[in-house]
Amino acid sequence: MTTATPTVGVGAQATEPVTRAGRVRKRLNSRTATLVSIVIAVLWTIPTFGLFISSLRPENEIKTTGWWTFFSNPQVTLENYQEVLFSTGSSGQLASYFINSLAITIPSVLFPLAFASLAAYALAWMNFKGRDWVYIGIFALQIVPLQMALVPLLRFFSTGVTVAGVQILPAWDLVDEQKFAQVWFAHTCFALPFAVFLLHNFISQLPGDLMEAARVDGATHPKIFRTIVLPLITPALAAFGIFQFLWVWNDLLVALIFAGGGNETAPLTVRLAELAGTRGNEWQRLTAGAFVSIVVPLIVFLSLQRFFVRGLLAGSVKG
Amino acid sequence: MEFDFAAEQPKFLMLMYGLIAFVAVVGGLLLLLDVVPSWFARRREAQLVAASVGGGVALPRRRKQREGAFAFFFLLPTLLLLAIGLVVPAIRTTLLSFMDSSSTNWVGLQNYEWMFSEDSIVRVLINTLIWVILVPLVATGFGLIYAVLVDKARFEAVAKSLIFLPMAISFVGASIIWRFVYAYRGEGDQIGLLNQIVVSLGGEPKQWLLESPLNTFLLIVIMVWIQAGFAMVVLSAAIKAIPADIVEAARLDGVSPWQMFWQITMPSIRPALVVVVVTLSIATLKVFDIVRTATNGNYDTNVIATEMYNQAFRYQENGQGSALAVFLFVLVIPIVIYQIRNLRKQREG
Amino acid sequence: MAFARSRQALAIAGVLGLALGVTACGTGNDKKSSKAGSAECAAYEKYQGHDGKKVSIYSSIRDIEADRLNQSWKEFEDCTGIDIDHEGNAEFEAQLPVRVDGGNAPDLAFIPQPGLLKRFVDSGKLKPVGADTKAMAEQNYSPDWLKYSTVNGQLYGAPLGSNVKSFVWYSPKTFKEKGWTVPTTWDDMIKLSDQIAASGTKPWCAGIESGDATGWPATDWIEDVLLRTAGPEVYDQWTTHQIPFNDPKVVDAVNRAGSILKNEKYVNGGFGGVKSIATTAFQEGGTPITTGKCALHRQASFYANQWPQGTKVAEDGDVFAFYFPAIDPAKGKPVLGGGEFVGAFNDRPEVQAVQTYLASGEYANSRAKIGDWVSANKKLDLNNVPNPVDKLSVGILQDEKTVFRFDGSDLMPAAVGAGTFWKGMVAWINGKDTNSVLNGIEGSWK
Repeated sequence: MTTATPTVGVGAQATEPVTRAGRVRKRLNSRTATLVSIVIAVLWTIPTFGLFISSLRPENEIKTTGWWTFFSNPQVTLENYQEVLFSTGSSGQLASYFINSLAITIPSVLFPLAFASLAAYALAWMNFKGRDWVYIGIFALQIVPLQMALVPLLRFFSTGVTVAGVQILPAWDLVDEQKFAQVWFAHTCFALPFAVFLLHNFISQLPGDLMEAARVDGATHPKIFRTIVLPLITPALAAFGIFQFLWVWNDLLVALIFAGGGNETAPLTVRLAELAGTRGNEWQRLTAGAFVSIVVPLIVFLSLQRFFVRGLLAGSVKG
Repeated sequence: MEFDFAAEQPKFLMLMYGLIAFVAVVGGLLLLLDVVPSWFARRREAQLVAASVGGGVALPRRRKQREGAFAFFFLLPTLLLLAIGLVVPAIRTTLLSFMDSSSTNWVGLQNYEWMFSEDSIVRVLINTLIWVILVPLVATGFGLIYAVLVDKARFEAVAKSLIFLPMAISFVGASIIWRFVYAYRGEGDQIGLLNQIVVSLGGEPKQWLLESPLNTFLLIVIMVWIQAGFAMVVLSAAIKAIPADIVEAARLDGVSPWQMFWQITMPSIRPALVVVVVTLSIATLKVFDIVRTATNGNYDTNVIATEMYNQAFRYQENGQGSALAVFLFVLVIPIVIYQIRNLRKQREG
Repeated sequence: MAFARSRQALAIAGVLGLALGVTACGTGNDKKSSKAGSAECAAYEKYQGHDGKKVSIYSSIRDIEADRLNQSWKEFEDCTGIDIDHEGNAEFEAQLPVRVDGGNAPDLAFIPQPGLLKRFVDSGKLKPVGADTKAMAEQNYSPDWLKYSTVNGQLYGAPLGSNVKSFVWYSPKTFKEKGWTVPTTWDDMIKLSDQIAASGTKPWCAGIESGDATGWPATDWIEDVLLRTAGPEVYDQWTTHQIPFNDPKVVDAVNRAGSILKNEKYVNGGFGGVKSIATTAFQEGGTPITTGKCALHRQASFYANQWPQGTKVAEDGDVFAFYFPAIDPAKGKPVLGGGEFVGAFNDRPEVQAVQTYLASGEYANSRAKIGDWVSANKKLDLNNVPNPVDKLSVGILQDEKTVFRFDGSDLMPAAVGAGTFWKGMVAWINGKDTNSVLNGIEGSWK
């Protein structure tokens, strides 16, 4: 897989800045640029940082003084995290919701990835009538607000499809953890337009002679897709994977409708919203809860960041 | 603090079923397309050999037909899911927009007339326009500048991660963070950073989110804060992809940094810019959580998606909510047309 | 290559599956054992015969309150074998219609808005109550209450919990220290306000920020005042749109409320000026009372749960509430309140059994004992209500002289009651004048 990459020039750019010109340029401007970019980065992080400091302060302090007073009067408590992580009630423990979030997110990322890359390949490299219109149609579907899709989709699950009194598809009739399947289905539907748009952008930029050569050798489309396209767009897949992961992980609405709010199926976001909101403005729980929910997306982002940068790079390599 | 793992097992089992289904569907599809056509191909080849005369004309046409069949199967899962999940709802929404609040009687264009005659809704439309112009512009502009800056900086990875960090936070979470920034206390210490800065500079604290039209811009700041990271990462990648020899050649010609930016960098990253602007524009049109969490559309800050949700779900005004959704479809048409032109150009070039 | 990888994934999945499958065998679901025969279950005899059935309930009640709910019907579940599955959600009002329209309705829902209840009746989704439930509801609740869940002569649900909104919170401790007395007439209350204002403290505090429901505490203010200035008949005409929303009588009431809420001398103690009411969370609206920065806060009985930890809520404690005084005592003792109704989307026998049980005196007492709960159920025994404010509320609800009216914004169409009315009040606090606010709301009511 990796050996194929440099030959087509995609993904090889990671080595680019190490040219001599690049180094010279770097040394000349690096000081001011470094300074300015670090200042901006720090400014950018201040709001999040403030929230983080707040999450470590006692309830009363959060409500009466600004987080910056922490530095003159440091009072640290882990109580907020304790409360968020380990408080138990009939609604169960956070860990249970954590597992739900994972069980919801993983398939909800994989399915659109696979389906969209297949579709994007077909739209970019296969000749058939009306393919541009299909592509534009899928692209335009990005604008459909998912809120408007909730009721019809829910009806699809709970009553099936009936045309003129004839039941064509039965109701799904799922209980408890089986409802995850509904959430996967919904998230996959909602993700596809953007996924096809993004991946089509990459796949259509792949060098045409490569495909042609493979065709001449008698390779079928599934074979080209598997052996040539997939390895080349791995970075793009990782890029979309991160976006989709962030979106699904942070989603509240879709999960609430299709999985319900119980601890058998509801994701972390449902639990955190509950912790923060039931008894008024519990800022202390809110701040800690926000950080608990950020941790996983952050780990995913940081570990895939490499892919991510290279991924988006590939699509724009050719003008 | 004991945790009952046994109770969680069904979930893992379900997850596993999901993964098995994934492998079965995707793998099965590829396998099917690989095996079946090659079997057909072998048979057809045999036929062609048998009737070797006149085959030259028939072959290309058949191949194109077969390609259509292939494409159909490649597209099948996507089209099926989109039809169920988005096309049907879009059609339904459009129909509902011509019906009354309980979706039983046809009312013609009444909901659209309401949309353009109600003062508060006109305000919503104007605000959405401000959002959709400013957010892509500012976020992309910032992302671009930062990408250029950071390209020459040390600690590049760290700096980029910090800018990207807000992307990992949900919209609701981000709005809560910024409510802390904009918070106001009439008496005692300020707990909002912005007011603290104003006070320490000798000014009077303000209730930022109450002041129209300033508040709309303050909410836009939140969106820019979240999305600039996306723009930055994409554009930074694009900048790094500019072949070094082009840059080197320009440098030898004595091109100034300014000219370099406009003549070399900009044309090279144009496709990436288009992706960023299009994505941000659509995301902005659909922005919903930020306004809902920060002001719930009060103080003249409402936007279409928030109002649509309120009308359709909170006020049970299905017709009016749907009409707003349809208006969103209309707003995206310019972007779609631009995309069509782009595609044409690409095919020609 | 990709093929090799997927084969590997399949292998991993298989191993995982095996491991999980083996261990899963050990955990069978214990079947709920019904102890129907025992003595403590005698009271539940009439609900028997549904062993092993499941009833789902959807409401806006969450967290600790939800735990209390589960606790309150625990015995019923044990004795009848009916499994009650309750789910609470903050977005209840928006999500319930989605579920119902999506064909995924719960068996029962605790609906706090008669307006929403009517919508489900109109669309044919809500089932009328069965004969048992009807008998039980009529026995335990006054017609005043039942009329809110009656549509076209049919009863669609029995009331459950309720709350009294006509309360002003104050600090008995501070009042004692300063020598202030609890006012019993409107004029006394204004005199007291002036007296406190003269002493350098802003007497009133308020907060109407409440996420996507921002504005509702202000609508309660208006309704409470209108009930006092114009009387219950006008109030009823107003909530049913027989008189326009911007009727001169309503304008008067709003202006009178404004003489407190928009009076810079009176508000907003502990928070700043008038406009700070709009951005102060309703949960925090009254907290300055505990620090002496504010003296009076008009808010419902459920505000008892919002005080900082360690605040003693009692007649001789840190905080307590007095009845929001009438303007003209001759017009009786108007009380504004709210509550939820148990509506059924299913008429299976076990669903009706639960619905009937929830309307019973047994349930009301069982729930009240756990605490923080008020109901207009006539069978509710005051001795079972531990919390002093709740005792006061139940006393008011059961008082013969009380003229009870339901929260008007819950009776109006949602687009007005949960939409333009809330938003209008926010704009009103933020400086917009009374007439243009009311005209705007009237314009939105179709």
